[in-house]
Amino acid sequence: MIDEELVQLLTPEGERVTHPDYTSTLSGEQILSMYRDMVIVRRLCNESTSLQRQGQLALWAPIQGQEGAQIGAGRALAPMDFTFPTYREHGIAWCRGVPPEAVLRLFRAVSNGGWDPQKHRHHMPTIVLGNQVLNAVGYAMGVQRDGAEEAVLTFFGDGASSQGDVLESFVWASSFNAPVVFFCQNNQFGISTPSSTQSKVPLFRRAHGFGFPGVRVDGNDLLACYEVTKAALETARAGGGPTLIEAYTYRMGAHTTSDDPTRYRVDAEVEVWKLRDPIERVKALLVREYQIKPSVFDDVDVEAEAFALKLRDDVLAMGRPDPLSMFDNVYAEPHPLIDEGRRDMIELGVGARS
Amino acid sequence: MTMTTSTTTMTMAKALNEGLRRAMEHNPKVLLMGEDIGKLGGVFRITDGLQKDFGQDRVIDTPLAESAIVGTAVGLAIRGYRTVCEMQFDGFVFPAFDQIVSQLAKLRKRSDGAYTMGIVIRLPFQGGIGAIEHHSESPEAYFAHTAGLRVVSCSTPNDAYWMIQQAIEHDDPIIFCEPKSRYWEKGEVNLEVPPHGLFDAVVRREGSDVTVVGYGSSVRTMLRAAEAAATEGTSLEVIDLCGIAPIDFDTLAASLNKTGRLVVVQEAPRTASVSSEIVAELTERCFYALRAPGLRVTGYHVPYPPARIEEDYRPTVDRILDAVDRVMGFES
Repeated sequence: MIDEELVQLLTPEGERVTHPDYTSTLSGEQILSMYRDMVIVRRLCNESTSLQRQGQLALWAPIQGQEGAQIGAGRALAPMDFTFPTYREHGIAWCRGVPPEAVLRLFRAVSNGGWDPQKHRHHMPTIVLGNQVLNAVGYAMGVQRDGAEEAVLTFFGDGASSQGDVLESFVWASSFNAPVVFFCQNNQFGISTPSSTQSKVPLFRRAHGFGFPGVRVDGNDLLACYEVTKAALETARAGGGPTLIEAYTYRMGAHTTSDDPTRYRVDAEVEVWKLRDPIERVKALLVREYQIKPSVFDDVDVEAEAFALKLRDDVLAMGRPDPLSMFDNVYAEPHPLIDEGRRDMIELGVGARS
Repeated sequence: MTMTTSTTTMTMAKALNEGLRRAMEHNPKVLLMGEDIGKLGGVFRITDGLQKDFGQDRVIDTPLAESAIVGTAVGLAIRGYRTVCEMQFDGFVFPAFDQIVSQLAKLRKRSDGAYTMGIVIRLPFQGGIGAIEHHSESPEAYFAHTAGLRVVSCSTPNDAYWMIQQAIEHDDPIIFCEPKSRYWEKGEVNLEVPPHGLFDAVVRREGSDVTVVGYGSSVRTMLRAAEAAATEGTSLEVIDLCGIAPIDFDTLAASLNKTGRLVVVQEAPRTASVSSEIVAELTERCFYALRAPGLRVTGYHVPYPPARIEEDYRPTVDRILDAVDRVMGFES
């Protein structure tokens, strides 16, 4: 799988390698902090899968294997940057300060959103593939008109790379030189469809045809994902236009808890990718280069367990929404059909406010 | 004492242009986006001269991708801009349908009110200009059906001038349907006082026998039908809907409670349409006042026909009068 054009700064064995264009700037302290993020996000994911299996979530979209890509990209953001996620960017939400339980509101089916996107500068999860990428380009055009030194980071997968909205986004970002970074996590599958069905050329090379740079980065390499994203964001903020980043990774789990990956992929492939785990290689680096003691990792694990317990409590405490809330915020201004629906429901005796 | 107000005669196209200009002067966050709207001024010249006066950053000539026009307008709205999107023709709005229905209509709800989707999608609609396929459609029902959206249509230059400004100021997404066959008709525009609220239905001609309701290009046809009916002693009350979603049913019901007879006119096909909704709702509201079932005069259930035969598809004075005769006939 190793492409000669793949940017890698840390091998699966946790050894540093050099790259002509990118150098790791992270301190040991920062790497340890990002290691902690990855462990907690993986724990969030495992707990959410359990909650779904126990009937407490309607669905869950796991990210095991993609923690390096998401924490690397997420920690490269500046506070004023804005992010436009799919429904699988739990690691990005974590980096943006979205309360973890808020991420689960969608999956517990108590909300179609879950957090204040303006406060966290993290857009609502988008389920229709590729829609958010155009929204991100539009936001970037607004940044441009405001003369602000901010960048927009938007996410999609190898599956969504076939959507017209994503390709239209490339055209617009290029034509308007919009300050946007396209972060494609190529996790090899759109549910069961392999990425080879989406594209006959490596996805990052598509950017060249649209007139902006494309970079393929080892998506399981936290250090490389951080540097590549940071550089692309800086270019965007400085007026240098868009970049496509293809984070080459692997979805270790199912597409969602409704999926059965044993029907379309072989164990041997999964075993190969286990050896490329994003967390283990950072741990190896921390031990070898920074002499981090086992007790430090144990502390992180203990913290992650406590985090998971609290997450579980928070999810179980989420009650059924007031049915009358379905009429809130459909429109910004008064609307007779909203008034009528609310009135009818109150007459039926439904809802806490009746 | 008499009040004098200044009025100017202009076409609907010019009135829309002046309305857009005034909205842009009033609010620097207002942007225009569309295909060929800059130097060319749009294929109908509605945005003529605006790029020259407001610059390329505010009057944006876009690549040819309708989904992107709406999708980026959504992002601009999140950033605090108010974008007026021009769809070049009604039949080209469908590539944007996904963004309109999946994002534009739902994002205020999904963000629990954090986002304001103050976006106007201008849609030259309806037929009557002898165009080729995909240039004469009436897709308003698709949007009226979708919660989160609003739909309006203008029928006079004065309404066009004011309604486009009201739509831009409005905090909800609005599909703004412009009857393209009426772009070049002149009318008086009052530059000082708006004639009515954005969604208010307007009685264009008072009458006592039959309430005739329609919008856009149908309004002129209905008024001609009312003149013809008057010569035969039948008095039609002609109502211009203006608000297609929501519909001003109070104004409609007040008229129907007076006349007891209803005819609804539209160019769109009949099934699951705006006219169907009007007849159903008014039957419920005015049941005991009805002297005849409400009738619909609409396009047929066919793809919009080649323009050489479009006048056999669009509601005509004769077809409206036939419906009037039928509702009058229930009395005897």
